[in-house]
Amino acid sequence: MKVLVPVKRVLDYNVKARVKSDNSGVDLANVKMSMNPFDEIAVEEAVRLQEAGTAAETIVVSIGPAKAQETIRTGLAMGIDRGVHVQTDEDLEPLAIAKILKSVAEAEGADLVVMGKQAIDNDYGATGGMLAAMLDWPIGSAANSVEHDGGAMTVVKEVDGGLQTVKLTLPAVVTTDLRLNEPRYATLPNIMKAKKKPIEAKTPADYSVDTAPRLTTVKVTEPAARKAGIKVEDAAQLVDKLKNEAGVI
Amino acid sequence: MAILVIAEHDNKDLKDATHKTVTAALSMGGDVDVLVAGKGVKDVMGQAVKIDGVRAVLGVDHKVLERQLAEAMEVVIVPLMGDYDAVLAPDTTTHKNYMPRVAAKLDVQQISSVTGVESADTFVRPIYAGNAMATVKSSDAKKVVTVRTTAFAAAGEGGSASDKMLADPAGSYKSEYIGEELSKSDRPELTAAKVVISGGRGMGSGENFKLLEGIADKLGAAMGASRAAVDAGFVPNDWQVGQTGKAVAPALYIAVGISGAIQHLAGMKDSKVIAAINKDEDAPIFQVADYGLVADLFKALPEFEAELGKAGL
Ligand SMILES: Cc1cc2nc3c(=O)[nH]c(=O)nc-3n(C[C@H](O)[C@H](O)[C@H](O)COP(=O)(O)OP(=O)(O)OC[C@H]3O[C@@H](n4cnc5c(N)ncnc54)[C@H](O)[C@@H]3O)c2cc1C
Ligand SMILES: Nc1ncnc2c1ncn2[C@@H]1O[C@H](COP(=O)(O)O)[C@@H](O)[C@H]1O
Repeated sequence: MKVLVPVKRVLDYNVKARVKSDNSGVDLANVKMSMNPFDEIAVEEAVRLQEAGTAAETIVVSIGPAKAQETIRTGLAMGIDRGVHVQTDEDLEPLAIAKILKSVAEAEGADLVVMGKQAIDNDYGATGGMLAAMLDWPIGSAANSVEHDGGAMTVVKEVDGGLQTVKLTLPAVVTTDLRLNEPRYATLPNIMKAKKKPIEAKTPADYSVDTAPRLTTVKVTEPAARKAGIKVEDAAQLVDKLKNEAGVI
Repeated sequence: MAILVIAEHDNKDLKDATHKTVTAALSMGGDVDVLVAGKGVKDVMGQAVKIDGVRAVLGVDHKVLERQLAEAMEVVIVPLMGDYDAVLAPDTTTHKNYMPRVAAKLDVQQISSVTGVESADTFVRPIYAGNAMATVKSSDAKKVVTVRTTAFAAAGEGGSASDKMLADPAGSYKSEYIGEELSKSDRPELTAAKVVISGGRGMGSGENFKLLEGIADKLGAAMGASRAAVDAGFVPNDWQVGQTGKAVAPALYIAVGISGAIQHLAGMKDSKVIAAINKDEDAPIFQVADYGLVADLFKALPEFEAELGKAGL
């Protein structure tokens, strides 16, 4: 089985996003960028499928600027076989990303795409579902655990009420949730080895798909700030404030 | 302009998230219809026709729709979109699962988790864990929108919409429902509760969440948690509040042993009043808390429960 893992380079999860003063977007100059955490989980899952002998080959793909190569190298250092970099400086929407990913999945003959349930920068949570639709594949979203047997994949999903199990006929898309696994750290020898792994250079034009944006950003603003509160002395004062000042209990 | 709202329900009861999504739809302007897709949906349809402002309720009743899996929902919704300019659904896991699929089939960019409707084509949505609010305008012919229900008031129930059953969704599907393991609770639902009390890593164990139960009982509160508490196995995954869990906005949110990471704040900072108990006076949670109690939770929680009792709760 061939496994494709799409990964996105995003503002590191530990960094607080700052809105640009002209309200055109979020300031990404000179800030730490990393692989989207859900995509790290996807990479880990693909590497585990390979270690278990289920996946014969694993491929990581990222669509983004030149620096997205670093994100691809991170995936390679974690154990993925090779990379595809679709270079663009445009901030493409999930619909366009999914169209490119569809072409990559078809060109590679992927049997399984494992990807993040959500990119923590734009918070769309849309690309996986769109890709599955375009390929006419089933989807297991927000996976908590996966089990491969023959031509099918059993996926336990995290849902609002608890956990739900579905069985997907392969090929399929699986999106990751936080509890699927704990991604490994790349070891130094593996980081060195990753430098020699191949990364194919592509551009969106190679796939002849329509990547025109459908949304225009009118403005990006700071969220409403909360007023600083007070510290209470003890539990008695807390109850008094909640009851008599705030009136919420 | 005609807008289709997809109902949130469990084949028995219509959920409040539907009423809130209807409010979002009505503010776009135009006629609003509600689709109830499920198995044995007659009762749910009966509840939906009462929602204020709704023109018609459409029902589709089939075994494959019992869990509203992605492929079957696509087969139901996409053909209906010939008659509609927009489709809206609550941003719960059920709808997040298939809405992107619908959007892709319509060749439309989905607008996810909107917290504001500016006009029929312009929406506000949080990005970067709610640290920025983006106003986006869609040029797509049809809008596919998921709605952060905590940001909208529920539509009332004095309406009398018409109703109509649709044909069965034909097709064979490549995914199959196997089973589910739902957390059972007599407490209110996390996203709908007026009071929420959440525990974090500081709780130390699942057993210690009992310290929150007595308080939750007294306040009629739902119980939630941070990611760290879920990852540690203290409580089930569906308790997670945050950027990648549930968004809540109760009248009162009480955070206990939670540091206040941006990802957690993303899910609760729109609460009306926030109280926090943490032994670290520098914990970031205090920057958003209206009332902060710097204390060891193992001492503070029993006292808090006793004081609630004294206050007649
Ligand atoms: C991709 C991604 C998505 C995420 N999504 C979410 C999400 O949706 N929701 C979420 O919550 N997090 C999420 N996180 C995790 C988030 O970054 C934090 O790691 C998490 O919220 C921390 O949980 P915590 O506050 O319980 O634990 P900690 O940060 O460890 O804080 C524990 C707190 O308990 C206090 N404490 C300890 N003992 C006591 C005591 N005896 N009495 C009183 N106080 C005590 C400590 O002072 C500390 O402040 C996400 C992270 C990533 C990378
Ligand atoms: N530019 C990109 N390149 C590769 N994969 C991406 C890209 N953008 C999104 N993805 C994948 O799609 C998932 C969901 O992203 P989103 O729909 O933007 O929230 C991510 O976790 C990635 O796996």
